[in-house]
Amino acid sequence: MLEAIILTVITAATPLLLAATGELVAERSGVLNLGVEGMMVMGAVAGFAGAITTGSPLFGILLGLVAGLATSLVFAFVTLTLVANQVASGLALTLFGLGLSGLIGESYVGQPGLKLPSLSIPGLTDLPFVGRILFGQDLLVYVSFALVAAVTWFLFRTRGGLVLRAVGDNHASAHALGYSVVKVRYLAVMFGGACAGLGGAYLSVAYTPLWVENMTAGRGWVALALVVFASWLPWRAAVGAYLFGAVTVLQFHAQALGIGVPSQFLAMLPYLATIVVLVAISGNRRTTRFNTPACLGVPFVPDR
Amino acid sequence: MRIELVKRPEMSRKMMLLSPLIAVGLTVVAAAIVFALQGKNPLTGVYLFFLDPVTSLWGLEQLVTKATPLVLIALGLSFCYLSNNWNIGAEGQLTMGAIAGSILPVLAPDFDAFVVFPLVLIMAAAGGALYALIPAGLKVRFGTSEILTSLMLVYCSTLFLDWLVRGPWRSPTGYNFPITVDFNSAAVLNDYAIGGMYLNGSALAALIAVAVFAVLLRMTLKGFEIRVIGLSPRAGAFAGFSARRMTLFTFALSGALAGLAGMMVVMSEIEKLQPVISPGYGFTAIIVAFLGRLNPVGILIAGLVIAVSYLGGEAIQTSMQVSSKVATVLQGMLLFFVLACDTLILYRVRLVPGRSSGEAARA
Amino acid sequence: MNGDGARRHGGAGISGGGDRGMTDTTTIETTTRPAPPGPLLAARHIVKTFGDNVANDDVGLTLQPGEIHALLGENGAGKSTLVKILYGALQPDSGEIVWKGRPVTIESPAAARKLGIGMVFQHFSLFDALTVAENIALASPKGRSIAELSEAIERVSAEYGLPLKAGDRVADLPVGIRQRVEIVRCLLQSPDLIIMDEPTSVLTPQEADQLFVTLRRLASEGCAILYISHRLEEVRALCHKATIMRRGRMVGAADPAVESVASLARMMVGTEIAEVKRSAASRGNPRLALVGLDLPAADHFGVSLKAIDLEVCAGEIVAIAGIAGNGQGELFDAISGELRAGLDGAVVIDCTPVGYRGVNERRRLGAAFVPEERLGHGAVPGMPLSDNVVLTRHATKDGLVRHGLTKFARAAEIVTFITERFDVRKGVPDPEARALSGGNLQKFVVGREVDRVPSVLVVSQPTWGVDAGAAAVIRQSLIDLARAGSAVLVISQDLDEIFEVADRIAVISRGHLSPATPAAEMTRETIGLLMAGGAEKRGAA
Repeated sequence: MLEAIILTVITAATPLLLAATGELVAERSGVLNLGVEGMMVMGAVAGFAGAITTGSPLFGILLGLVAGLATSLVFAFVTLTLVANQVASGLALTLFGLGLSGLIGESYVGQPGLKLPSLSIPGLTDLPFVGRILFGQDLLVYVSFALVAAVTWFLFRTRGGLVLRAVGDNHASAHALGYSVVKVRYLAVMFGGACAGLGGAYLSVAYTPLWVENMTAGRGWVALALVVFASWLPWRAAVGAYLFGAVTVLQFHAQALGIGVPSQFLAMLPYLATIVVLVAISGNRRTTRFNTPACLGVPFVPDR
Repeated sequence: MRIELVKRPEMSRKMMLLSPLIAVGLTVVAAAIVFALQGKNPLTGVYLFFLDPVTSLWGLEQLVTKATPLVLIALGLSFCYLSNNWNIGAEGQLTMGAIAGSILPVLAPDFDAFVVFPLVLIMAAAGGALYALIPAGLKVRFGTSEILTSLMLVYCSTLFLDWLVRGPWRSPTGYNFPITVDFNSAAVLNDYAIGGMYLNGSALAALIAVAVFAVLLRMTLKGFEIRVIGLSPRAGAFAGFSARRMTLFTFALSGALAGLAGMMVVMSEIEKLQPVISPGYGFTAIIVAFLGRLNPVGILIAGLVIAVSYLGGEAIQTSMQVSSKVATVLQGMLLFFVLACDTLILYRVRLVPGRSSGEAARA
Repeated sequence: MNGDGARRHGGAGISGGGDRGMTDTTTIETTTRPAPPGPLLAARHIVKTFGDNVANDDVGLTLQPGEIHALLGENGAGKSTLVKILYGALQPDSGEIVWKGRPVTIESPAAARKLGIGMVFQHFSLFDALTVAENIALASPKGRSIAELSEAIERVSAEYGLPLKAGDRVADLPVGIRQRVEIVRCLLQSPDLIIMDEPTSVLTPQEADQLFVTLRRLASEGCAILYISHRLEEVRALCHKATIMRRGRMVGAADPAVESVASLARMMVGTEIAEVKRSAASRGNPRLALVGLDLPAADHFGVSLKAIDLEVCAGEIVAIAGIAGNGQGELFDAISGELRAGLDGAVVIDCTPVGYRGVNERRRLGAAFVPEERLGHGAVPGMPLSDNVVLTRHATKDGLVRHGLTKFARAAEIVTFITERFDVRKGVPDPEARALSGGNLQKFVVGREVDRVPSVLVVSQPTWGVDAGAAAVIRQSLIDLARAGSAVLVISQDLDEIFEVADRIAVISRGHLSPATPAAEMTRETIGLLMAGGAEKRGAA
């Protein structure tokens, strides 16, 4: 019983973790991309379409990554080159992504999808309890953890990460020292898009292999809240993603656990939990001011 | 080759009028491309999508019907956005307002005195306003992002409505469909024949609202306060304006309008409650607000333009077998084009050769 | 050339004065490298245009090794453009730069650093969230680990009398130490030229003296220094040569030792500036009083105000001197009403306690305020001047609002009054605030309040970033207002300005205010000591 719950928590948390890690990098460079939901859902539809068209779930995943990345480029162009308002542009990206994915996915509704296979190591995967949890996950679960480690290393141990953090802290100073703020931010946004696309593709190729319009159901927004909750630190994003994963799957295990609340209220839990978490984090204004990238959301135009 | 932005010394008045037009123009071009990609005749597609809906009386009537809730909600949103309060939860406020307004007709279905009509509207406005005060209050008290909280509440409201119509409010005579009882005649908006079209009072309400908001924004101190707080919060504090009170005010106002708009849609077209009462008006109104440049008269025009896209979507579906979802895609594109063209108001765009002067080889 | 400043073999006898505020020059035994013959830097016929604005018009500059060279000019003269070109942040449209005898193109700040040109920015290009070592790493060539760099930082900074701890977060450092980070960042690259932009604007007089010791040492080691400052006394004390720019052109060269402050100022501005006339003050009753004002800091970055006592009487100007970051902003907000006091009686205007009251109530009692930041605080940049009149005067009896409706015609009238009385140059009748130059906007913002003939006027940084002509107009208007019976409080970082206008002077340091003393009894030294907390004693042996 517990094993089953943990397995569903892992699969529920993975898309959140992927999207949140990517957005975290973008925000560390100073860009607030509210379009995560739009990029994720584009990844979902591309992943599904790619998988059943080629017969390869892996190809679907890759196509999802590319879709997320391409979608993020539109946002990057409008906000970084044309210096449009980041909040409104992010909303535009979400609405556009939801609409476009609905259009593309129309012919795929109801079709059965292909599921990303899970790892199966003889001997290890068969271990009781830990076997499937540790060694029986699909590729993207392991990728999500590797991503957290890689991003942590990049941000805090490499020169590139230092430059990225500097750009997010004070883009005027970075520019004065000769760094290309726009280029760094383009790369950060594209990385965020690729991760969101991966997260979305996970939903339609691994989580539930089918396509439903708006299948992200607000996960992109939850990922944004997770970045705040994580105080822009990757390992904390992982903790947050798993907490949310747990809250999300509660509605599915409620019956087995003997919880008699109507299903709609259980379905509300992730959203309500997001609000609670945001309040708890913002209430502590000292730490939020400390950790927020100082230039988050501030448009940058070099004054010559 | 690089795009360089040169800041204009003053905001360009010319561009403030032109930019929405350019954006619409670009959307038309994009639509033509989309149709061509689907293998259909682009010119026919553009005609059917943008022009045909306005050529018939029935089309105009539908236009007004769809534009009304968009305009009402967008007006409220414009005050929010002008003062830097990002209310993204209008769809949720619409839903909760409709639920609040439906309390009387659903729980007391035989009560059809004249007083029901105004009561329903007042409760709908109050319901929407109170629901909007949740994200506003959280922002004021804790500093939480109103974008995320208002949006989370949208999902909650839809689930709540779903529970109500499947559970406690399900009509006993509805064959187990998830609907409530039909509203009695006191809680319904009737159509009147105006110049060949059948319109109800909500259209008039929208027009009055446009006028009121226009006066408020440009000619009163309150409107001045809204604009100052949005442009320079510190200057607003220096002027003695309270950004916190403004947050509560604008959210409550837009929540009330969204609730009202939602209730009127229910009262005129559905006449009961069901799981889906709005085709995303709360979100589309965001596009209307921006397309209208956050200006009341602009919003009126923008509402009609977006309404055209709804009708256009249905038209090309029936006549050209192109999915009506194209409408949502084009609406999203339109918002992008609007934002991109707005850059022209503050900056001149130049294409320059070569690398930027600030780029450096990494040390 | 090794990369960490170690070539400067300091001999014995370097005292590394640090914060001790000593002004005696220390003996330095150094071995300077033999300089190549000819000038270190020769920039010739530099032209740079932005749109229709010719920022640099056939500008030339020659620097010798070991020379401390002042670059003088008003705001907008083209100094920062020229300096950005030398630092590689901008490319000239035409002209040549000859460095150590060879023509070069400085394509980027990194290239400039490689050539040996370093820059210490006026508004520090530092990253608050990062450590000292990380900040310096970002301006250094790749390839060294943070650990190596940290060791070098601590060694070199100590050697030059500017000790730093590499692991400190910049956000936690006070302003004077932050400047050290900027300077040490340059020094680690063993520069041959250091460009300094208004370096003493954030230092106490004693800290400035210590900086001069460091600069003289660097100069004696062969490093040239290009020194931008508007503090002409300093320039005369420190610099060997001066070049003056006006409106994008080079208008002259001077020897600061020979010239007087007045003659240098005349060369900068091109005309005689009206002298500010200050008659004797006759103090009347206190019109503004701060009584034991206590205000805890809003957050980690703010400064708490502690037990502030002050009286400003009718007919006088009281000035509060202080380096940025010592609570001036908080004090201004407490007096204006943006921050409410803990006690109603902590702030008193014309005998009425107003501690609990907001900005507009204080304005109705006759107070007026001009904040430090004119764009974004004192005025809305994107709104026209008439709207900006309504901004601060809608609640007072100016006829600007009736029954909730705003009367913009009346606002336009007021704009015309202010324009005429204060000589605001604006082009069109009602431009957006950001279209005005700094000096003209400041004249408007000050004029908007003076026009009300307030009983109390509180001004913060009245002439920061303002050209000399406008500065004179503004200061004279403050004096005239006071002599007509108002109480004027000026918060300023500019000691020259303070001595020009103030009748009494107080000093704010870390949230404490010293008692206001008649200006005649104050000297720069005493003010400097009070700025540093008053705890420092001069001249430890």
